[in-house]
Amino acid sequence: MDPSPPKSIFREAGDGLRDIFPLVISCVPIALLFGALGASKGLSPTEVALMSTLVFAGGAQFAAIEIWKSPAPIFLLAFSTLLINVRHVLMSASLTPKTGLFAPWQRFLGFAVLADENWALSEARARLTPLTPAYFLAMGAVFWANWVIFSTIGAFGGSLLGDPRRFGADFAFPAVFIGLIAGFWKGRTTAITVAASGAASALAYVTIGAPWHVACGAIAGIVAAFLAAETE
Amino acid sequence: MIDPTNFAAILAMALVTYATRTAGIFLAGRLALRGRAAAAFEAIPPSVLVAVIAPTVLATGKPETLAALVTAIAATRLPLLATVGVGVASIVVLRALLL
Repeated sequence: MDPSPPKSIFREAGDGLRDIFPLVISCVPIALLFGALGASKGLSPTEVALMSTLVFAGGAQFAAIEIWKSPAPIFLLAFSTLLINVRHVLMSASLTPKTGLFAPWQRFLGFAVLADENWALSEARARLTPLTPAYFLAMGAVFWANWVIFSTIGAFGGSLLGDPRRFGADFAFPAVFIGLIAGFWKGRTTAITVAASGAASALAYVTIGAPWHVACGAIAGIVAAFLAAETE
Repeated sequence: MIDPTNFAAILAMALVTYATRTAGIFLAGRLALRGRAAAAFEAIPPSVLVAVIAPTVLATGKPETLAALVTAIAATRLPLLATVGVGVASIVVLRALLL
């Protein structure tokens, strides 16, 4: 592969913003919903804002709200967060070799806001052109700020919107993921991966319960890909 | 207002999450993957994405399962935002028809 030379910082940042834009929009109702649910569990808007700022992981935050009570079960919350976010280890391991243009501090700062969406876009970007700090950090900063701002607004008044199911807003999250999965499609091996992961995750969800479905599904999909791969 | 126990819980969640996000930086140099291992590694993104949404898609209700199918078909030929639009519209219609 002979990568084309990187564009200017502004072009790179602009590309990042353009790519993340649909996800920023689709995260607005999800962030509002998160804030409203957090408030319904007794979290103050400040606490919701703090969690979104420091944790910035939608799946883990929703799971935390699900099991939140007073006083907060610190160990259980940390463990649930670990189970849902352990995928980040694999994501950052996969993305790191593509961050050759990053200074170490840019990697440690930028990866603080590594999420499924900006990671998927960065992986896709790296297949076409070298991944730049400008692209990654612009995208990450906007995606993070959007999540913090709208989850805080949600904590103040999201419940006024009424049931998000009425607008189908709750389905935006899986729809985004389905769109992202399509971007990773590579034929037969991917189909087997998706089938194995989906079946194992759904089975774990109905038998063991959340948040174990994430780890079970991910492992089943990865093992299935290992077994299904055609080797020379 | 911030309750001290809530603060500690949020901080613990944040530290765990940051550790998972940066652990891969240290692992990356040691992973030189080929053959089946490379295929397994490439399968991580779709595996994780599917695992996160599978309960909604497969274990919630008929409208969700059918809407996911419609969304998946849309995803093969539309850009992301349009795919999300199709997904949201289809769930609204299917819930109205099936509930």
